[in-house]
Amino acid sequence: MEHVAPPAWSMLAYLISGILFILALRGLSSPSTSRTGNRFGMIGMTIAVVTTLVVHMPGWGTQLACPGGTPDCGGFGDLLRFDVVTSFEILAAIALGGAIGWVTARKIAMTDMPQLVAAFHSLVGMAAVLVGWAAYLNPQAFGIAGPDGVIEAQSRIEMGLGIAIGAITFSGSVIAFLKLAGKMSGAPILLPMRHVINLGTIVAILGLTAWFTRDQGLWVIATVTALAFIIGFLLIIPIGGADMPVVVSMLNSYSGWAAAAMGFTLHNTAMIITGALVGSSGAILSYIMCRAMNRSFISVIAGGFGAVASNGDAAKTDRPWKRGSAEDAAFLLGEAENVIIIPGYGMAVAQAQHVLREMGDQLKAKGVNVKYAIHPVAGRMPGHMNVLLAEANVPYDEVFELEDIQGDFAQCDVAFIIGANDVVNPAAKTDKTSPIYGMPVFDVEKAKTIMFIKRSMGGVGYAGVDNEVFYMDQTMMLLADAKKMVEDIIKALAH
Amino acid sequence: MDFISILSIFVMACFVGYYVVWSVTPALHTPLMAVTNAISSVIVVGALIAAAAAGSATSKWLGLLGVVLASVNIFGGFAVTARMLAMYKKKDRPAPVVQNGGGKS
Repeated sequence: MEHVAPPAWSMLAYLISGILFILALRGLSSPSTSRTGNRFGMIGMTIAVVTTLVVHMPGWGTQLACPGGTPDCGGFGDLLRFDVVTSFEILAAIALGGAIGWVTARKIAMTDMPQLVAAFHSLVGMAAVLVGWAAYLNPQAFGIAGPDGVIEAQSRIEMGLGIAIGAITFSGSVIAFLKLAGKMSGAPILLPMRHVINLGTIVAILGLTAWFTRDQGLWVIATVTALAFIIGFLLIIPIGGADMPVVVSMLNSYSGWAAAAMGFTLHNTAMIITGALVGSSGAILSYIMCRAMNRSFISVIAGGFGAVASNGDAAKTDRPWKRGSAEDAAFLLGEAENVIIIPGYGMAVAQAQHVLREMGDQLKAKGVNVKYAIHPVAGRMPGHMNVLLAEANVPYDEVFELEDIQGDFAQCDVAFIIGANDVVNPAAKTDKTSPIYGMPVFDVEKAKTIMFIKRSMGGVGYAGVDNEVFYMDQTMMLLADAKKMVEDIIKALAH
Repeated sequence: MDFISILSIFVMACFVGYYVVWSVTPALHTPLMAVTNAISSVIVVGALIAAAAAGSATSKWLGLLGVVLASVNIFGGFAVTARMLAMYKKKDRPAPVVQNGGGKS
């Protein structure tokens, strides 16, 4: 089929959907405008899909796509042809995918959000690979090749890069999904010579993409695809569980660049604008996560963090520490004026967010001023803790970011730490040899009393370092399952 | 469109993205990821073109599969974002506690 330039109105429609996507992200600057923003996004997507269907669908856009009504284009004849899809098949494909997505989105627990997002990233990556291959096999349909089937050199580079980024996004996200879902160990897997292997593979992908402009052969693009799948896998396996927020953000960014590269190939404004938005969004989130851990992006990518978790086990159990009961904790909390609650991933694992909110309500009823403090890297993805607290109906104006609450610890009677560890470790401020040195942490040691809910004294945070806070005079260790302990405190408070 | 016009749109969009994303409140970073994920499925446009075009049976089936994958993402991404954002509504009264941790939107 000879390619026909898309009509001008469709270019305008794609531009409008691109603008609506910008507004969708703009809405997220505040919770009150966010829902309107999400609706803009849905409208933008509807415009993009409907425009494409009208312009390209057999039978619907016959006049637009096939001026002159060539016999093998449009009309009922298409229904009988194997290589032309019918409107019914396309709508069925949308309905099938839509139903799977919608049901998954309704059913997923908020604690499982990181792995859901990783799984969704992998789908975008795979879709980019499929579109790239479809464009390679049928270039005339996309208007990127002459009648002789020779693809324009520039399109070949865009296609090669799009497929490569898509494939890296796919296999990387699959590994991230398996690690986040606990179907694969979160510990870093370190291959010997991995830096040499990775660098070699990347150079090979770029070299072959360049060669692709000279040789349009199937083997070139097939090798690029295969190598990209492999490098995506190799890049993510050495990265440990603690660095997952960065990995999820990074893959988010890649999925955007993959969409943008395909937008270049298809000359589609909506895809280019979206790709750029998503790409920069993921890049900024990766940067924020790295800064919150005081780690360079390169060191995260190089991986291996958290591999040696048990170097100081022997020394730490000998030091004296105080154990408290739920009743002691309830008494002190009830008497306090200001309480700051610091939740971490352990709270999510124990599903303690709902009982925690109940405890907060009880304290507020007693006139206690309760605030929640969230570290940027708490949880497994950016903003994960905020969503869990919102799910438990904690009002968002009681939830504070690190820099906004840091000054409040001096006036704080009780710092209540639940499921967090590294983010309150003062070694990050004082001990230059500590692996978490330089990471911004909460100044909990300024609080009059520190309550630390922990399953046992044995375990340490992801960084595998001991925490000075356990042994401080004002610290009360509450050793139990987080949810059970908070439930007991609620009971004791009711008396 | 020629390459330079497309590149201009891309570079401008990167700048817009940079400023828009920095203005997103950190409390909404998870919904931000979910919604960027949903909008990046605009790649469905490419899959639809591939599926609808005559000329290659393989290309058509690759396109159709692409449509299915991207649709999962479009519907799933927007639905999960809407579900999360509904939780950030201002609460006037203490709502009942959901003990099973999910299923509520």
